[in-house]
Amino acid sequence: MKFLSEYRDPKLAEQLAAAIRKKVTRPWTIMEICGGQTHTIVKSGLEDLLPREITLVHGPGCPVCVTPIELIDKAVAIAKRPDAIFCSFGDMLRVPGSSKSLFDAKAEGADVRIVYSPLDALKLAKSNPDKQVAFFAVGFETTAPANAMAAWQADREGVENFSLLVSHVLVPPAMEALLSSDNCVVKGFLAAGHVCTVMGFEEYFPIAEKYKVPIVVTGFEPLDLLEGIHMVVCQLEEARHEVENQYVRAVRREGNRPAQKTITEVFEISPRQWRGLGEIPASGFQLRGRFQKYDANRRFPYSGEPAQESPDCISGMILQGLKKPHECPAFAVKCTPENPLGAPMVSSEGACAAYYHYGRRQNVQPELSSPASR
Amino acid sequence: MADVKTFNLSCPVPRVADDRIVLAHGGGGRLTHQLIEKIFIPAFANDALEQRHDGAVIPVAGARLAFTTDSFVVRPLIFPGGNIGDLAVNGTVNDLAMCGARPFYLSAGFILEEGLEMETLRTVVTSMKDAAAKANVKLVTGDTKVVDKGKGDGIFINTSGIGVIEGFPGLAKEARPFDKLGAGSGAPPLPREEDRVVPHVSPILRDVGIGPWSVQPGDAVIVSGDLGRHGIAILSVREGLEFESPILSDCANVWPAVEALLHAGIDIHCLRDLTRGGLATTLNEIASDRNVCIKLEEALIPVNETVQGACEILGLDPLYVANEGRFAVFVPAAQVEAALSVLKKVEVSQGAARVGKVEETPGHTVVLQSRIGGNRVVDMLSGEQLPRIC
Repeated sequence: MKFLSEYRDPKLAEQLAAAIRKKVTRPWTIMEICGGQTHTIVKSGLEDLLPREITLVHGPGCPVCVTPIELIDKAVAIAKRPDAIFCSFGDMLRVPGSSKSLFDAKAEGADVRIVYSPLDALKLAKSNPDKQVAFFAVGFETTAPANAMAAWQADREGVENFSLLVSHVLVPPAMEALLSSDNCVVKGFLAAGHVCTVMGFEEYFPIAEKYKVPIVVTGFEPLDLLEGIHMVVCQLEEARHEVENQYVRAVRREGNRPAQKTITEVFEISPRQWRGLGEIPASGFQLRGRFQKYDANRRFPYSGEPAQESPDCISGMILQGLKKPHECPAFAVKCTPENPLGAPMVSSEGACAAYYHYGRRQNVQPELSSPASR
Repeated sequence: MADVKTFNLSCPVPRVADDRIVLAHGGGGRLTHQLIEKIFIPAFANDALEQRHDGAVIPVAGARLAFTTDSFVVRPLIFPGGNIGDLAVNGTVNDLAMCGARPFYLSAGFILEEGLEMETLRTVVTSMKDAAAKANVKLVTGDTKVVDKGKGDGIFINTSGIGVIEGFPGLAKEARPFDKLGAGSGAPPLPREEDRVVPHVSPILRDVGIGPWSVQPGDAVIVSGDLGRHGIAILSVREGLEFESPILSDCANVWPAVEALLHAGIDIHCLRDLTRGGLATTLNEIASDRNVCIKLEEALIPVNETVQGACEILGLDPLYVANEGRFAVFVPAAQVEAALSVLKKVEVSQGAARVGKVEETPGHTVVLQSRIGGNRVVDMLSGEQLPRIC
């Protein structure tokens, strides 16, 4: 198949794995940023091919996992309004808020719909003029252009019963937050290919330089990941710290300029809360200027209690790569995809759900409470 | 910056109350399983129900009857390759076939929504007539109810079916002894004790070998054709997706394939249709029932290119996508070639392929070897398969 089976070829995979084994001389911890990459790694059993020196840790690049609980509560509150149609990408629906998820709200009668594009939500708004149609605009730089375009089109067409509940986050500030932490274990990064398709990779040069860390823009198929890992390992072994691009078939250095222009027109940089990481300055988007009239936060003031924190879930440690999902005492015991304690157990991109579904639970290690190795 | 350096972290998500039916309870995955185990089985427990098969096998006046029922609530009512009518006939016919029974009689209960166009009903009923004629079954009794507009989805259909298990060469035999249930494999216990089923072979089944209780290490797993067509055909209509070559539902009567296997004297250990929850869910049920490991090879699993492409776009896994004319059959390894050559001669199963095998350990597990050679556990579907964000 075009652009699919070519990137899952077992012979080429073995060649790349052999090249990694040949190059590696000591232990290295590498973080893949994006949840889509985590998904591929676990789904294809890719770690079985790597030498034991390589440890992969799964970064915070899963939009479902880092969206703060307050936003879920707000989404549920909007969805429960009798005049509302609440639209979302599919895997946000199962994330529990303080007391319920969007799925629960749906079971209780709320009009919650899964859409594949924010423009579908805009269409719904136009065909239901007596309803308030809100879209849950979550995600990284990858989904930002489409969400920006929805606001832009609504503005152009004068659609007033449409709004966006925005929880957009940005990759580079999260990488900096991780790298500047005292307990950072990560020695090299696989940068998220699709984020870079939109944004390019110029903004990673200062990070690589400041923290002396190799960053390789990497794709999402098994061979992409193996090649990306190989490139990071080569840099680490040769004591280099550069920004390289493995995903050349999709990513240009400057990114997608028209998409960036749309984003800048509609959104401005703002501080954001990250579940598991806390507030990171200048790490997200909010609607700017004349587009603020589409801000669901402003349109539907929320008076709920601040979310309660529960001590059982260690998703913050997991999102930073300090712990593996199966090192959590609640993993697969109190916390399962049916009853998730934390968001990483919800999305198929979430590290915990990926581990749960694809069997890393077989390797549960005895020292559950020991600190992660440096 | 709020304490990013100290990372005093916890996850602010409490457990969700489980006090209402959600859509996933009907998804065929773990929640459906829990509903059956916790609500229905305790209420209705009896020998026939304990078989936990696609249909019940019951003795009546010296004959062995298979009895099954199924409800159909598909939206849209008419989809590429079929409609709710032929689905309702074939679905129940196939459940009987999975018991190794020749289908004979069906009932049909219609729940119609006020305002349904008569022309739609005619189309559906004509399809039912044609499907029944093709499967050589008679619709011998039925019922009609009409509900207020907004209380139904056009048409809901329930069909029940009766079939007869005949004296084929592969059928008259003892249930196989495999007393490894609960035997430790050395692997850590899985955290789903409450979900686990210890199969109980009812006395009336001692002479019927087809069922999960007959699966044993060494068996080969065969699927009767490529996977995922029905689910993707439905989704393509719902999501307005268009493909270069349209995907048609695989909705079909599979009894001819089962009959051919029985005629050929193939030693069928188990048959299962791959409807809701797809191959992954079905195999998990069997691995869990028998405390065995089912090992799949991704490269052997037949999936049409367009279906695979649609799954990639939608973020779905074809192993979990529904089929309506596909089944899995477990046979002894020595009979794989014979079974495949029989299946390939029948139209509905000409795409049959061996996809894996049954091993003793680790129990309760389905493992898939990926194309690139890594291994992963294929778990039972949790809730509905949800499209991913990016």
